[in-house]
Amino acid sequence: MDINRGDYMDPFGKYNSIISARATDKRILKKSQDGGIVSAVFIYGLENGLLDGVIVADKGEKFKPVPKVATTPEEVIEAAGTKYTVCPNISLLKSAVREYGCDRIGVVGTPCQIISTKKAIKYPVGFRHLTDKIALTVGIFCMENFPYNGMKTVVEELCGIRLEDVVKVDIGKGKFWVYTKWGETKSVKLKETHPYEQIACHVCTDYTAELADISTGSVGSPDGWSSVFLRTKKGEEIINKMVDEGYLETKPIDEGKFGLGILKKLALTKKEKNLKEIEYRKELGLPVPIIE
Amino acid sequence: MVTVAYVQLSGCCGCLISLSDTYEKLIDILNSIDLVYCQTLADAREIPNADIIMVEGAVCLDDHHAMEVAKEVREKGKILVALGACSAIGGITRFCKGGQMPKPVQGSFSALSEVVKCDLAVPGCPPSPELIVNVIIAVLNGDMEYLSPFAKYAESTSTSCGCDLITNVINKSLCMGCGVCTSSCPTRAIEMIEGRPLVSSELCIKCGVCSFQCPRIELPKGVCQLDEE
Repeated sequence: MDINRGDYMDPFGKYNSIISARATDKRILKKSQDGGIVSAVFIYGLENGLLDGVIVADKGEKFKPVPKVATTPEEVIEAAGTKYTVCPNISLLKSAVREYGCDRIGVVGTPCQIISTKKAIKYPVGFRHLTDKIALTVGIFCMENFPYNGMKTVVEELCGIRLEDVVKVDIGKGKFWVYTKWGETKSVKLKETHPYEQIACHVCTDYTAELADISTGSVGSPDGWSSVFLRTKKGEEIINKMVDEGYLETKPIDEGKFGLGILKKLALTKKEKNLKEIEYRKELGLPVPIIE
Repeated sequence: MVTVAYVQLSGCCGCLISLSDTYEKLIDILNSIDLVYCQTLADAREIPNADIIMVEGAVCLDDHHAMEVAKEVREKGKILVALGACSAIGGITRFCKGGQMPKPVQGSFSALSEVVKCDLAVPGCPPSPELIVNVIIAVLNGDMEYLSPFAKYAESTSTSCGCDLITNVINKSLCMGCGVCTSSCPTRAIEMIEGRPLVSSELCIKCGVCSFQCPRIELPKGVCQLDEE
């Protein structure tokens, strides 16, 4: 489907199936945001020769994410967990090949990062001998992101927690949650975090990473599980193998209000809200991504 | 068979090397075209009429030979392709100025697309072999949907340097910090700081790749379709 216009009432884009799943590896579940799907897929890929390097968002100091080419399961686990701020993963696309010598790369990214990757594959102007080495793209659901200083404001000023003490950040049940290494939990209503969002996110209408091989996120599945869209043959193959070999446990997605219902609602909310913003910017004469 | 001429102006031969770096695909391409002129690869002295003329390199405005060639390729080519940064947008030749002249009188270089009307302009220093193959195949198949960004580029007045990221993306509140500009830059002139590109003007060679690659400037239709693999 067309990402920014046309049949936008299609909430999820093309996919073959959607399931609820979680990793079986306890090491992953201990560190993962929800079901640990991204980590499990990458570790499975690395251990079974399907991938030889994966671009992930590693944790830097003060909860600042740093893009990293991970080549071992340990590095993948180290980087597990969502970072609610911008991490330019795609900036490592070339290093993964040139410096790390990878030729079967896995890329995880927000919907916009998957779009960038797909554009690089289709129009590889600056990517010599690279695009055939992108073996798998894993997209994560995304409503919007926070610039680092925006996230910092939410965590430090609204929640009153120093970033160096944060072990996990989460969004769920209408709130932004912060967990500290002292075992404390603070939260703030999502509504109060809106002023600190990255405004550039408001021209994006892709909630479920519609161009990825696999897309995943917590919405639509119970706590500790993730919803997973299998979109391409490639994505389907790897997930099926993982299920067969016991790397993932799965269950059918809840098709009711708290399953597919909420997922659909959020996906459509993003599309409607941001299409309005796109129209508004056009009226002002501001540029928006040109889609021909 | 479709006739193709490859003409070189003030360039470094890098785009031709990129074209031949397509290995087995080059053979497929050579089998489906008739390469009627390419001074580096074939012995033909006069530029003949051709269905496609690809031009590498900028036009030296102080050199009447170059000016004549520019005119000639426009007259003789049905489809004129400005291949690579120098020909498409000026590229590194934009920096030519006093003291860098190959001959005492030659100091002004312009993109071919500024001198004559080009049908397609392909940025990149050099454009990747894969992209060149895609463009050639799209031209052979008349795939205008794929070519539309290059058709537009041929008419653009963009400065095509790293500054485009600042003026067209960051200043317009469109940058979401994916980093594709950084990885596409051939001179590693772009560093991501706080999720935004920081462009080194010392390293930027105005090849146009970063802004071309940016999905927030343009998102061609074909990109938004999920491949059925």
